Amino acid sequence: MSAAAQTAADPGPDNAPVIEVRGLVTHYGPRKILDGIDLEVQPGEILVIMGGSGSGKSTLLNHLLGLLVPTSGAIRVLGEDLNAIDGVARTLLRQRLGVAFQGGALFSSLSVLENIMLPLIEHTRLDRKTMEIMARLKLEVVNLAGFEHLMPAELSGGMIKRAALARAIVMDPRILFCDEPSAGLDPVVATAIDQLILDLRAAMGMSVVVVTHELESAFKIADRICVLDRGKVLAVDTVAAIRASDHPRIRNLLNRQGEDPDLDVDAYLERLTGIDL
Amino acid sequence: MELSVNDHGNFAVVHLKGDVDLQTSPQVRKGLLGLLEDGRRPVVDLSAVTYIDSSGIASLVEAYQTARKKGLSFSLVQVSPAAMRVLQLARLDKVFTFHDTVEAATVGA
Repeated sequence: MSAAAQTAADPGPDNAPVIEVRGLVTHYGPRKILDGIDLEVQPGEILVIMGGSGSGKSTLLNHLLGLLVPTSGAIRVLGEDLNAIDGVARTLLRQRLGVAFQGGALFSSLSVLENIMLPLIEHTRLDRKTMEIMARLKLEVVNLAGFEHLMPAELSGGMIKRAALARAIVMDPRILFCDEPSAGLDPVVATAIDQLILDLRAAMGMSVVVVTHELESAFKIADRICVLDRGKVLAVDTVAAIRASDHPRIRNLLNRQGEDPDLDVDAYLERLTGIDL
Repeated sequence: MELSVNDHGNFAVVHLKGDVDLQTSPQVRKGLLGLLEDGRRPVVDLSAVTYIDSSGIASLVEAYQTARKKGLSFSLVQVSPAAMRVLQLARLDKVFTFHDTVEAATVGA
């Protein structure tokens, strides 16, 4: 077989970014959540989005998945403009994305195997036997072999994360999105999940976007880290550069120090009283 | 994707060319299971495969197990390093029989 033969989809002749975000602004009601986000994800890269609670990282993830409509700005995923795409093209794009949601989002009435087969049933016309083997292969990959007949309620937290990962990769996605993949897990299981993400990227060549507030996990798996703070990108850089940053808010995040926002007295009192000056 | 079969003594050498993916893997599955139904011994030449996804690998797995059940040999030739990494992820590198060349796979034909 030629050296060019691949098991992961070709990133494209121009090696263009798989995700491009330009000037993304979004609001929840009057409150600005994301404020001018610019970001790129390269083919085969693991980008970790970090930030404290309320920094906007989950909102950003939902935008990358096309689940939210921005106030302004543009997002291109695998070359498709999310503001312009609809119908069949949007469905085709979603087939090339895998998502492992924070809580697993497994269907409680379906077995583990049925959950993992679901994208194949929905999006392909493969023989059922082929779908079953594909799902079982992914269970092997995430080390859940033998648990395929269990129901989600019978799984531990770590097993749910693994099952969610298996479902996310069953279609061999070009981009894998993971929302807090190791949150709430004991250190041993969390480390195993991190290693799994690295192994998947190495074997399948996919790009990976991980949202997490787990510093150890981010440092272990990231090629680059995007630090979000109050809806803005503070920095996008390598692990070494982020760790060496002397930016006070990044230092706070790395040192796990609580927020100490400057108090805007006018805004604070207006918020409390509803009375504008 | 193109699929062609050449007789090589007792073996059926299956040449695959192009992408083996969600659209084309059913053709691979059907072809391999058909050969096994006829009692042939597939040697799957992957040297001209440019991409193989999980559905393609699943088709190979099903055909291999069917061959074992029938007592027939089944081997893969020239698996790319990229495809091998995916096989290793699911420990299939310890399952399939691999050969570097069709000639090596069809010794004794």
